[in-house]
Amino acid sequence: MFRYYLGLGLHSLRRNPVLTALMIVLIGAGVASSMITFAALRALTADPLPQKSAQLFGPQIDNWGPANRGTNDEPPQELSYTDAVALLNSHKALRQTAIYETVLSLVPADARRAPFTVKGYAATRDMFAMFEVPFTNGGSWSAEDDAKGGSSVVISWKLSEKLFGGTRSLGRRVSLGGHDYRVVGVMADWNPQPRFYAEGSIHSVTDVGNPPDFFVPFETAINFQLIDSWGENCTNDYKGAGWNDLLHSQCDWISFWVQLPTAADAQRYKAFLDGYAAEQQRIGRFPWAPNNRLRSLMQWLDYLHVVTEETRVAFLLAIGLQLVCLVNTVGLLLAKFMRRRGEIGVRRALGASRGAIHAQFLIEAGMVGAAGGLLGLALTAFGVFGMGSFFEARVARLVHIDMSLLGLTLLTSIVATLIAAVYPTWRAAQVQPAWQLKSN
Amino acid sequence: MQIRPILAALKQHRGATALIVLQIALTLGIVCNALFIIQQRLEHMARPTGIDEANLAVVHNQWIGNFTKAQLNAMVLSDLAVLRQLPGVVDAYADYTYPAVGPWAQLSSVRYTRDQPKKTTYAEPYYADEHTLSTLGLKLIAGRNFRSDDISATSDSDNATPPVIIITQDLAERLYHDQSAVGRAIYIGDTPSTIIGVIKHLQVPAIGTHSFAYCSILLPLRSGNFNNSGSYYLMRAKPNQLDDVVHAAPAALLSLNRMRVFDGEAAAQPYSVLRAIGYASDRGMAFLLSMICGVLLAATVGGIVGLSSFWVSQRQKQIGIRRAIGATRGDILRYFQTENLLIVSFGIVLGMLLAFALNLTLMKFYELPRLPMYYLPIGALLLWILGQLAVLGPALRAAAVPPVVATRSV
Repeated sequence: MFRYYLGLGLHSLRRNPVLTALMIVLIGAGVASSMITFAALRALTADPLPQKSAQLFGPQIDNWGPANRGTNDEPPQELSYTDAVALLNSHKALRQTAIYETVLSLVPADARRAPFTVKGYAATRDMFAMFEVPFTNGGSWSAEDDAKGGSSVVISWKLSEKLFGGTRSLGRRVSLGGHDYRVVGVMADWNPQPRFYAEGSIHSVTDVGNPPDFFVPFETAINFQLIDSWGENCTNDYKGAGWNDLLHSQCDWISFWVQLPTAADAQRYKAFLDGYAAEQQRIGRFPWAPNNRLRSLMQWLDYLHVVTEETRVAFLLAIGLQLVCLVNTVGLLLAKFMRRRGEIGVRRALGASRGAIHAQFLIEAGMVGAAGGLLGLALTAFGVFGMGSFFEARVARLVHIDMSLLGLTLLTSIVATLIAAVYPTWRAAQVQPAWQLKSN
Repeated sequence: MQIRPILAALKQHRGATALIVLQIALTLGIVCNALFIIQQRLEHMARPTGIDEANLAVVHNQWIGNFTKAQLNAMVLSDLAVLRQLPGVVDAYADYTYPAVGPWAQLSSVRYTRDQPKKTTYAEPYYADEHTLSTLGLKLIAGRNFRSDDISATSDSDNATPPVIIITQDLAERLYHDQSAVGRAIYIGDTPSTIIGVIKHLQVPAIGTHSFAYCSILLPLRSGNFNNSGSYYLMRAKPNQLDDVVHAAPAALLSLNRMRVFDGEAAAQPYSVLRAIGYASDRGMAFLLSMICGVLLAATVGGIVGLSSFWVSQRQKQIGIRRAIGATRGDILRYFQTENLLIVSFGIVLGMLLAFALNLTLMKFYELPRLPMYYLPIGALLLWILGQLAVLGPALRAAAVPPVVATRSV
């Protein structure tokens, strides 16, 4: 019976190609608009480290005081060098890292090759285990490198390929920003998105699709005076100049992450933070009461508004557009079904039940939905591909098409069309055979 | 005309009528505003820069290492000498940004006197030298060009304003109306700058500038490391040799001095590429809004076709009776056309209010000007025509209903 109804539906759809095409276009355009914006929303709400995110926390310490707080009483988003070092040395968490982004020029050893810039991070060795960085070769630098500022570097496999071709890069020298480093590890593909771990990087466009090129020890970066590529946030009265002043200032520029496996650990760490701030208050460094935060990774992303308001609004508008399309599809289906009252009358008179009529017309609607879904797939692909031109560039680079999105597009399209067909089908099934069978 | 019976019939279908009226209103409101925004974006994209865009290439150069202002100046000068000697290069100069879609701009307040409390106008400068006019293809309409001894090296910590400047005609007219600007001094910093020349057209570097888009100033300055991020070399190629220049320039610079990095994937880029990137969001917005308009209009047409087809099939019997008692096919056709005209007109009245309200909202949240009145009749006409076209098919089918239908008893 199903195949018979498919045949009937196909026949009927061919009979009014204009009506059919109009329905398919409406359904396809409607579903594509909501799918494109859904893909953007999905990309932005993604968990960058699903297996670990619940254990990762970003501590914030208020070293600026009430006078420099915004309207919401939030402490600064980054730490000063003083506080970052204090937290590192306390070792109160299972693992901890201070981290900041830096851009350096790389001069290849081969004098015939042009120098280029690379982007990476200064961090401590705990970072690799905390963020589950995979290695193809070697591993993280030693604890001694962390303590004494050794010139070790971990590079991405892409950079390794670029510099050394296919040859083994472990132990080789790389000249970065005028200093020589020794390669101790080569990372496999690793680029969690959004790039949560360093302030500034989170909202960066170019990071998507471009994994970090290198990691160097935090202590080394401080010794070599590598500047944070996103700059420092200082209070308005900061008058210092130069590296030494910066290290002793209340300027905030270092991101900090700790791994706290249990809720109890997190509570203890928060208490430790408050204790630390209270101690600073006591010695007169902060003349105000502690105002700290300890946000988990997902809370942190939420707090930074990684999902922009524009994306949410765009999604809602797209849903609205799909609704408009759907309401009009109801009208078109109604017109299409009611035009076939004669046919319905004959089928009913020959013994078809109302249920059979329902099945027939719902199958026909399902076919329209599937066709609309196929068009929607094409439009969604086209939209995601060309997204950079009308969406925020960073969002566009995050968004990608996968099987689940394709499946969801088809499913949404068919289900939406079936819902739209409920009323027209009901009307069709109400047709009285007697009325239609009068002589013509 | 038969308006009263139409209204009476519509009263029987209040829900459906209200829905379609509402949709037409929504469509008109959104389409008017979208068309207006599209038109604004297209206008923005079409603004002439005033330069020879087709033959211009740009290199972003950053030095590796720390150098003094004088060292940087010498390095930039020898770079420029190499670039000018490349076959296919007409001329070249170094700037901190590039025209119209530049990465940097410095907002300057232009004043007649040092102590003038409020600016006369805003302007944005370029760093130029004696080669700038021929590199960009700018036309000097009064005064003289810079000489090489006018040009001084500058750095991020310098904030002295140069004693001589060249300005655009647009800025000259704002400052001195129809009088000559050459020889007069204006203030853009703490010291006066004498206008030595006036050029015809040159758009300011910042893309989003509207009210002073052609108020450019050429400062005789050269910086090798503006804002700690290098500087831009602009080169004008001979006709049809732009690609050669784009390929040759980075290699020539590297062989002169390797300790530098170029920006991004391509070391040198044709200006047209930079311009396309700069205007990508305008183009994207225009495209997206056209798509939304298209979908909304298609949805409205679909709604009208569906609803009127449905009504035609519902009213077969009444149509038959009317035909049997003397109505012509034309009468039936006109009945449905008039009905559609009425519905669309209701929608348009409501839609105009909506368009106006939407425009006010957009004006409040975005810097959108007031919607010009002529968009409303244009939008209305569009919907009337679309409505009539959409109803034509169902109406013709209605007109084809034979009078004999009336005789089928129920």
